[in-house]
Amino acid sequence: MRIPSLAAAALLACGTAAAQVPDGALLGSACAGCHGVTGEGGHGIPSIRQMHGREHFVELMRAFRANERPNTVMGRIARGYTEAEIAALAAHFARAQ
Amino acid sequence: MTISRRTLLAAAPVAAAALAAPSLARAQNAGRVVIIGGGFGGASAARFARDRFPALDVTLIEQNRTFTTCPYGNLVLAGRRTIESITFGYERLAARGVRVVHQRATAIDPQAKRVRLSDGAEVPYDRLVVSPGIDLRWGAIERYDQAASARMPHGWAPYVQPITVLERQLREMRQGGVFVMAIPDNPFRCPPGPYERISMVAEYFKRHNPRAKILALDAKNGFSKQPLFQDAWEELYPGMIEWRGASNDGRVTAVNPEALECVTEFRDRVRGDVVNVIPPQMAGQIARDAGLANASGWCPIKPATFESAQVSDIWVLGDATIAAPMPKSGFAASTQAKHAIACIAASLAGREPPPAVYFNTCYSHVGEDYGISIVGVFRGGERLTEVEGSGGISPRNSALPADRRAEFRRLEAIYADGWYDAITGEMFG
Repeated sequence: MRIPSLAAAALLACGTAAAQVPDGALLGSACAGCHGVTGEGGHGIPSIRQMHGREHFVELMRAFRANERPNTVMGRIARGYTEAEIAALAAHFARAQ
Repeated sequence: MTISRRTLLAAAPVAAAALAAPSLARAQNAGRVVIIGGGFGGASAARFARDRFPALDVTLIEQNRTFTTCPYGNLVLAGRRTIESITFGYERLAARGVRVVHQRATAIDPQAKRVRLSDGAEVPYDRLVVSPGIDLRWGAIERYDQAASARMPHGWAPYVQPITVLERQLREMRQGGVFVMAIPDNPFRCPPGPYERISMVAEYFKRHNPRAKILALDAKNGFSKQPLFQDAWEELYPGMIEWRGASNDGRVTAVNPEALECVTEFRDRVRGDVVNVIPPQMAGQIARDAGLANASGWCPIKPATFESAQVSDIWVLGDATIAAPMPKSGFAASTQAKHAIACIAASLAGREPPPAVYFNTCYSHVGEDYGISIVGVFRGGERLTEVEGSGGISPRNSALPADRRAEFRRLEAIYADGWYDAITGEMFG
């Protein structure tokens, strides 16, 4: 797997395309409405913080999207986000403290 | 739909670079942000601004010392919650560094960029957030004014009338009596709210007043989560609830408070033992006075940012805005708030606003261990649009395997409570 260097990514982010780069923390703030400010979960709602590695988070969202995993709201939610946004969310919750 | 794993992983490092951006922004985005209104929009905006953009100077102007949520007011009617359990203070927000001012904002001067308070003081701002909630349109239903609302409670704006007024009337209602509701046309605060209320009153009646009836008079021909509510009513409260839509003369145009009577469009007179009138609404007064509302009484916004479409450097949030297809809900106000704060920080730093993605989930309790939901993901550009193929309501019974139905409804009831704790925890915890 090839991963673009951080410097290259930063260049991208500083260019005119910056406004189109998903902001994981801002997107993730919507998840906070049910999963808590840091994704900690509680009251029957699962934690989405740290315990999921980045890839696991992405796989879960992909399974929700495809209705391949039993869920109540997550399928309906996951289908509203782009691949880049899900990746940004995964990165955000992997770091959330 | 499937997602290519390769594109997902390839996109991640770019997203990681975006995560690094806020620390750069912090040095550049100092500015005075003043927020009017400490409800779902305003309190969420204040908390998010403190957490995410600590260089911002944040003042929250809220006339009341406590906030009682509209959500879960219906559970007070059911006897499941006390009003104390849905009432919160602003101490924690203050401890987080928000300057909380318990005054009424009486005027906005958008030229001088100042907010005037009821004690005469003035608060200067660089960017203003107005999240004023709703006012009730007294007189829009003939003879339904504030005096009439004491006899025929609305229970739709806790800062005007606590839900306990309606609760008391329900508790005192005679056995076998009739509970009448008048429900307004769109747009109004909390589209599924009246139908959750029908459900929670029915739950109470089932236990304590089993011969009582509920008659809902609706100015619309359809409503939010309608098939789910109606399936549940038939299942849980058979024979108790009658719903009359607009084409069945359901629109209430006048009331006779002395007689506890609603008068419909075609002059049917409907008497109740307890009558709950939810009148038409409009944006809160400060927004209308400041020129943020148009002739409809609601506030047009720019969908990409939630900045006022009418007055610059002012952002408007929540129920007061024209944001269809987003509903007037607390969750919607909260995601609008966070996006607005990110846009404000960007504008203070001379940067472009982030892409606009908004989100909403509205749970409704319809009975014991029985919850339902509606979800929406929205994007703002020239217009506000719901993402095609996403969102929508919980599956109907007919779409669920028989052995999964009860568990699905039970989980949504649990998640509803989890949502309530999470969102109020974010605002006030």
